[in-house]
Amino acid sequence: MKKLFASIAYYAFVAFAIAFFGLPLLWLVLTPFNPRATLAVEIPASPTLDNFRAVFGNTFAVRALVQNNLILALGAMIGTTFLAALAAYALSRAQIPGRESLTYVLILFSSIVTGTAAMVPIFLIIYYMGLIDTYLGVILVFVGGLLPAAIFIMRDFVDGIPRSYEESALVAGATPRRVFLDIALPLIRPGMMVVAIWAFVQTWGAFLIPFILLRSPERMPASIAIYSFYTEAGTPNVTLVAAYSLLYAIPVLVLYLIVNWRYGFRFFGGIKR
Amino acid sequence: MEQRRAILSVQSGFLFLLPALFFIALFLVFPFLWIFYLSFTNQSLTGANAANPSFVGLANYLALFNFRNWLTPGQFGSSLIITIEFVFASALIGQVGLGLALAIAFFRHKGVLRELVYTLVILAWIIPEVVVAFAWIAFLDRDNGTLNLILSRIGLGRPDWQLEYALPSVIIFNTWRGTAFSTLLFSSALETIPPSYLETAEVAGASAWQKLRDILLPLLRGHILTDLILITLWTFNTFTPYLITNGGPAYKTEVVSIYTFRIAFQFFDFGSGAAIAVVVMLINLVLAIGYLAMLRRQAVYA
Repeated sequence: MKKLFASIAYYAFVAFAIAFFGLPLLWLVLTPFNPRATLAVEIPASPTLDNFRAVFGNTFAVRALVQNNLILALGAMIGTTFLAALAAYALSRAQIPGRESLTYVLILFSSIVTGTAAMVPIFLIIYYMGLIDTYLGVILVFVGGLLPAAIFIMRDFVDGIPRSYEESALVAGATPRRVFLDIALPLIRPGMMVVAIWAFVQTWGAFLIPFILLRSPERMPASIAIYSFYTEAGTPNVTLVAAYSLLYAIPVLVLYLIVNWRYGFRFFGGIKR
Repeated sequence: MEQRRAILSVQSGFLFLLPALFFIALFLVFPFLWIFYLSFTNQSLTGANAANPSFVGLANYLALFNFRNWLTPGQFGSSLIITIEFVFASALIGQVGLGLALAIAFFRHKGVLRELVYTLVILAWIIPEVVVAFAWIAFLDRDNGTLNLILSRIGLGRPDWQLEYALPSVIIFNTWRGTAFSTLLFSSALETIPPSYLETAEVAGASAWQKLRDILLPLLRGHILTDLILITLWTFNTFTPYLITNGGPAYKTEVVSIYTFRIAFQFFDFGSGAAIAVVVMLINLVLAIGYLAMLRRQAVYA
C-alpha cells in the first residue's frame, strides 16, 4: 500500500514536470504552422508554411537573423575560443606565478561585473571608443564577458592532454608557437568545440548588450528585430512572431542535439553566464 | 616526484595570456574600478554634463537612499525589495528546490521519462530569451493562454496573470527558465555517490525518506551551497523579466536590473546608474566571495 502511494506520488511529480516545462513551449511549436494564429494553443486544422514565407518577406528581420546574428555570434565565438585556448594553454604549461588563483579571480570578476552592474560602464567604454552601433563593439564586449568562464572550461581540457608530445617537439627544436599550433591545438580540439558551442549559444540569444550598444536597424540581431512584427499600435502579429521565433531558435536546437549526441549533456565547470 | 620541466617559459606564457588579459582588463576590471568614479559624477549623454561631467560627491547615493520616498513604487528601495522577493522565490525555492527534486526523482531512474523531462528542462534554458518570453506571454494570456484554459476547465477561473499576479508570474517564469542548471549540477553530483552507501542502507532496511535525509542530502550539501550562491548571483542580475512585463504594471516587477536600465538608458542619468551599479556590485561581491570560500572549503575536504 505504501509502495503504491509512493509510485503515485512519483508519477504525479513526473507528470507535473512534463506539463510545467512542456506546456509553455507547445505554443511555439504549433503556432507557426497555423494560418490564423492567436495566443491560444491550437493544432492547426490545415497546417501551412505561408507564415514562414511571410517572414522571409520582411527583409529587415531576415537580415537580422542570417547576417547580423551570425556575425555577432560567430565573431564572439571565434574570439572567445581562440583567446581562451591560448590563455588556458599558458596557465597549464607555463609556471606563471599566481596562476592557480588567477582563474578564480577572473571568474569572480565576471560574476560581479555582469548584467545590472556592467551595463553603464560597458556602454560608456564602447561610447568613448567610438564603437557604438558597430558589430565590433558588441563582439568585444561579448568576448570580454565570456573569456573567464571559457578559460576555466578550457583549462580542464589542456590539463588532460599528455605532455609527452609537446616535450618531444621541444627536444626536436620546435618554437613555443609551433608547439602550440601544431601539437597542442589539434589535441584540445574537443575542448575548443565545447567552448565554441557554449559561446555561440550565449551570444546567439543575447538581448541586453546589443540592445544598448546598437542603434541602426540594419545592424540589429534577431532578438531585437523580432519586435518589427509588431503593429504601430504595439500589438504583435502573433503568427509571424511565432514563425520567426521558431526560425531563431533552430540553430540552438540543432546545437543541443549535436552536443547531446556527441558528448551527452555533461557538465563543464559549472559556469553558465 | 621530480619537478617537471615547464613546456612553456614564463615569458612565452605571458605572451599567450596577454590577449585574454587585455580583454578582461578592459571589459571587466576597468569597468569595476571606473564605475566607482562615475558614481560620484553627474555623467550623462546629452547636454552640458555629457562633455564635462562634474564631481557631485555623494549626491547620487543620497538620492538613491532618500528614505522619504525610498519605498515608493519606482524608487530604489522598492525595486530592491522586489528583487529580494524575486530572488528568494525563483532562485532559492524555485530553481534550487525544483532542480534538487528533479535530480533526486530521476536518480537511478534512467529511461524515456527522464530523457523527456531533462530535454524539456534544458530546452527551457537554452532557447533565446526573447523567444521564451513570447512563449510565456502567450502561455499567461488572460483570454487565450494555455494556463487559463487549464485553470478554467478545472473551475479556477481566468485570472489576469500579467496584471493581478505580475511578480508571481515572472517568478514562475524564471524558475522555469533556469532550473536546468541546478538539475544538471545535482544530477552529476549524485552520480559521484558510491552505490555501496545506498546498498548498505537498503540492507539495513532504510526507507526512501531516510536514505534521502541521511545519505543523499548530507553528501549533496556542498553542491547545494555552491548552486545556491551561483543561482542567487545570476538571478539577482537577470534582465529577462523586462521582456515579459517591461517592469510593470506600475513598477511591480521592476527588479534592480530593470530599474538600472530605466535610470541609465531611458533617463540617461549615468551618474545615478553608476551609483546603483556600485551597490549591486557590492552585493554581488559578497555573494561571490561566499562562493569562493565555499569552493576552497570543498577543495580541502575533497
